[in-house]
Amino acid sequence: GGHLLQSAQSSRAEPASFVDILEERRRGSDISHALRAFSPPPGCGAPPPSPSALNKMVLESQHLRYVVAAESGKPQARVREEAAALLDEMSQNLQVTFIRLLGFALSKIFTRLFRRIQVNEDGLARLQQATQEHPVILMPNHRSYVDFLVLSYIMFTYDLSIPVIAAGIPLMGMSLIGEIFRRSGAFFIRRAIGSDKLYWAVLSEYVRTIVRTGFAPVEFYVEGLRSRTLKSLTPKMGMMHMVLEPFLKGEVYDLSLVPVSISYDRVLEESLLAHELLGVPKPRETTRGLLKARRVLEQDYGSMHVYFGNPVSVRELAKGRIGRGQYNLVPRDLPGRPSEESQAFASAAAHRVVRLQERGTVLSPWSLTALLVLQRPDGTRWDLLARDTLWLRGIALQLGARLDWPADLPDLEVMSSSMALHRSVVRCEEGCVWLVEEAGPEPVTQEEGVFRRASAVLMCASYRNQALHVFTRPAMVAVAMGTVPGHSQEDIYRHFCFLRDLFANEFVFVPGCGPQDFEEGCSGLQQCGAVSATDHELKPTEEERDTIVFLSAILEPFIETYQVTGDNCTLLYFSLRNCLSFFPSHFREIFPNSTRNPVTLRRDTEGYLPPTPTCCKLQCPNIYFRQSHCRIHPGSCSPTPLCGPQVATSSPI
Amino acid sequence: SSHFFRQDIMKWNGWGYSDSRFLFNKKGQGEFTGKRYRLSGMILPSLKDWFEATFGTSLQHKTPATPTLNVSAVPPPNLVEPFVEELKVAGVAASHDPEGRVFRSHGHCLHEIFALREGRIGRVPDLVVWPNCHNDVVKIVELACKYNVCLMPYGGGTSVSSALECPLEETRSVVSLDTSQMNRILWIDEKNLTVHVEAGIIGQDLERQLNESGYCTGHEPDSMEFSSLGGWVATRASGMKKNIYGNIEDLVVHIKMVTPRGVIEKSCQGPRMSTGPDIHHFIMGSEGTLGVVTEVTMKIRPLPEYQKYGSIVFPNFQQGVSCLREVARQRCAPASIRLMDNEQFQFGHALKPQVSSIFTSFLDGLKKFYITKFKGFEPHHLCVATLLFEGDREKVLQHEKQVYDIAAKFGGLAAGEDNGQRGYMLTFVIAYLRDLGMDYYVIGESFETSVPWDRVLDLCRNVKERIVRECKERGVQFPPFSTCRVTQTYDAGACVYFYFAFNYRGLADPLHVYERVEHEAREEILANGGSLSHHHGVGKLRKEWMREAVSTVGLGMLQSVKEYVDPNNIFGNRNLL
Repeated sequence: GGHLLQSAQSSRAEPASFVDILEERRRGSDISHALRAFSPPPGCGAPPPSPSALNKMVLESQHLRYVVAAESGKPQARVREEAAALLDEMSQNLQVTFIRLLGFALSKIFTRLFRRIQVNEDGLARLQQATQEHPVILMPNHRSYVDFLVLSYIMFTYDLSIPVIAAGIPLMGMSLIGEIFRRSGAFFIRRAIGSDKLYWAVLSEYVRTIVRTGFAPVEFYVEGLRSRTLKSLTPKMGMMHMVLEPFLKGEVYDLSLVPVSISYDRVLEESLLAHELLGVPKPRETTRGLLKARRVLEQDYGSMHVYFGNPVSVRELAKGRIGRGQYNLVPRDLPGRPSEESQAFASAAAHRVVRLQERGTVLSPWSLTALLVLQRPDGTRWDLLARDTLWLRGIALQLGARLDWPADLPDLEVMSSSMALHRSVVRCEEGCVWLVEEAGPEPVTQEEGVFRRASAVLMCASYRNQALHVFTRPAMVAVAMGTVPGHSQEDIYRHFCFLRDLFANEFVFVPGCGPQDFEEGCSGLQQCGAVSATDHELKPTEEERDTIVFLSAILEPFIETYQVTGDNCTLLYFSLRNCLSFFPSHFREIFPNSTRNPVTLRRDTEGYLPPTPTCCKLQCPNIYFRQSHCRIHPGSCSPTPLCGPQVATSSPI
Repeated sequence: SSHFFRQDIMKWNGWGYSDSRFLFNKKGQGEFTGKRYRLSGMILPSLKDWFEATFGTSLQHKTPATPTLNVSAVPPPNLVEPFVEELKVAGVAASHDPEGRVFRSHGHCLHEIFALREGRIGRVPDLVVWPNCHNDVVKIVELACKYNVCLMPYGGGTSVSSALECPLEETRSVVSLDTSQMNRILWIDEKNLTVHVEAGIIGQDLERQLNESGYCTGHEPDSMEFSSLGGWVATRASGMKKNIYGNIEDLVVHIKMVTPRGVIEKSCQGPRMSTGPDIHHFIMGSEGTLGVVTEVTMKIRPLPEYQKYGSIVFPNFQQGVSCLREVARQRCAPASIRLMDNEQFQFGHALKPQVSSIFTSFLDGLKKFYITKFKGFEPHHLCVATLLFEGDREKVLQHEKQVYDIAAKFGGLAAGEDNGQRGYMLTFVIAYLRDLGMDYYVIGESFETSVPWDRVLDLCRNVKERIVRECKERGVQFPPFSTCRVTQTYDAGACVYFYFAFNYRGLADPLHVYERVEHEAREEILANGGSLSHHHGVGKLRKEWMREAVSTVGLGMLQSVKEYVDPNNIFGNRNLL
């Protein structure tokens, strides 16, 4: 069961009161803020070990000794030196002076970048208490490079232990900046570790040692990387296993996972993200690049919200789900892969946290507007857009969204000022709202024109994506209802499960919580008055037919990109994301179509839905590339099937 | 008659001798009555404050026990007349006197004593029989088989595993077989240093009688004042001084047991044999499910020339455990070495008697100052190890130095003989303290486990914490007393003892809460790599975990032995399996 989520899903989001931490910075002196007495109570009452003491603990650990001994063919001393070198490359070197320095610099930067940094203080109070009891794992979502800076800045401001942060190794490569980050508590993880056993051993022992001693929260992005689309990503499990292990092995009584939801009115890297999605390689992280990006500072990014969720007790999560006795018969330090049971548990826990991050996310009015703008890509009247945004706000609130919608301002002003922040993407002229083409030197080739237009569409889609989680489940139920001949809940559920499996890489679903997801979708629709439920039936209501149609439409671009078809019982599908990972260059061809011109979901899809949800386990994924998708790119409308390493070909339909 | 001797001088609804008990006198001072112990007759000035602060109790709120046994509440005996008749013919003493039956219907689990204090009497044996020797037991078992009555062996009655509870589902006549009259030392073999004893002998009597001849077994479980040799064998008991003398399985040379199939024993007294699985290991730990142990040959040792207590203060529990681990690694553990955590250290202080002179109190103050201020030990973290050395005077002193040198490496400071001696003395009176608690809304219990060295700290922390959390979740109003100590060291691990008690005011069903918490604590122990029991045994209290503990095949092996030895379940106490 998913009791943790259920408690939250039953009703609307509990109101959280946010406090703007920049307000005091604007009034007071940044120097005195940076130099003020900073003496956070150490976590779990343990005095923090010095970075070198910590490294020594890691190097002398039994775990590392096992791994070093197993490295054959090299003298042990060499291997130990290698391990020490890896640790030197990796380890943090937290120093209060640098925290202060960073505090000072960030006060300057953040007050320029943001109007407000809104923080829920009750969440911080809970966090503060959690740090006293058990080791804390801070698990923010990842939307911007500044995420972890903001978090550490908040911790500093509220006199909480500065977290130890898992950062990507490219950051370390930045001269000076890398060192500043290291001294501010960041430790660096290589991207492609592969099967380097020694590296895994050093890293995992390092993380576990920090968790075990519990002197500071460990912070890592469970999504693994910045979400380029601002949509939650399915969690990565490496770090998750490392932080959970001390609990599963009984080395700590409990762990608190604290989901942190960070959301920006406007993301600093928005155009960078769009370009990356369009296939322009990500610029390397360099100090020079950072300095060049100074112009970022000259723009208005509105507010950001940081919502600290309720700490989740891992012990509670584990109750009845995993036997901790599994380590009784081997030394706990022995290197080994986590058991299947542990893997399933870690995966469920990680998914839960991402879901909780989603729930905590505060949405800007623009996210809702963007959703509507995308459905009208060729422009729309402002008054209609405003009307529909207000209507959508009603639905979003019914579905439990957290909205940053000031009550003391007129709604029209709220919407227009939220949109005004995004004038690089959308513009309102003469009562009409348009997506903007990226500026650039004239003249442009046709290809460049598409590129520039696509970039605005993508940015817009990203802000829509931020709000998507609110609608996903009700929308899936709505789609499922549309594909079922009658109103039988059972049939609808079956189709719902099909969609859930289909979108497993697209949206975040907690494994094994299908019934809860369905329940959440149904009760969401009921909240909106869009359906009436009896014992075994789920019927759309006449009055709110629009809601059902609208919710279904939200999913259409996603359904479109998954070509669902079938012959006999083989299901053929095409995943945008899977394709991306094999053929990034094709993205350009696909994407515009999938966000524009949504075609009505054809009823006949129903015919291809498999008889039972279990058939959704796709044994033979065949990828087809429909010709119509390519039409925007004149050069390559190849109807040839795409073949990736895991892709088999089959006869086209 | 002598059959009732023990039950006359012992409490019927609490621990130990009737004349010895803790109480708060009219001035509110703690006091220990009687004359039997070093603490007897002493005033304990800090007990009240500790008691009230630890449990959040008030001396105003009392929960006194039912003063006397209400005989009419005892169910009438279900007797098999011909069985009783034939016993009489065979000359075996028997009685269905209600008091005697109630006395033998329980061990010392909290729920058993709690019920008695409230005057609640459950299923009790229908008859008590007192065999006088091995042959009497043979006759009793034969008759029991003939008339299909259920036999439950009873030794010292100190079980803490519900082993002596009559199974509720038992419909046959239940006969308690009290071994107390089989208490003679039959011979001492000075050439081989063995003693042959009837199994009903009580620990302290055995030791005292051997001491008179200049010997000892060295087997000193905490219950040795009341527990019997047969009970030790049946539960795989462990003694405080096992580091020198060994546990019961190391001490036993020969066992004679009467089963429904006949008598089981080995044909010689060779010190070790390779004759298949050791049949002694079917007997030891069988918890009265296979038969009655009647006679045992045990190793004895000359009395040690010299004994010396000692104690060491450590800055924290972790350092203490590391020290014990090192001592075990170097295999230089003294006869006994025990490590108390901070809570128990403070508890020990609460039991300090009134100091007789200003000089002692001045010295105490000085010691405290030295440890907390000069050495910088945190009073809420420090913990203490108690030690007992035995042997030649010279060797003891050498040994002592070795151990203190190791301790110094872990920040340990020698804290004097007195503290050590008091620590061991407290072992014997601590059991009386639960009765005092129960007079004031406090219930508690101890339980134990054994665990590999690398998990000792984690297990202690997690189990203590689990107890605190579970109590809170179940509505216990005041944080419980949740404390532990490491009581034995082995090459590969240690024995850990937990004490746990709480104030149950405001709880509708305190016993149920207590049982749930103990259950969860055991789950936590098992999840942390601890064993189901180190020496208390399984009884009926921990039966639910047996399959998990020894695997299905293991359980099947034990069941098949039972099946062969006692197909009609004459020894029907339903322990263990």
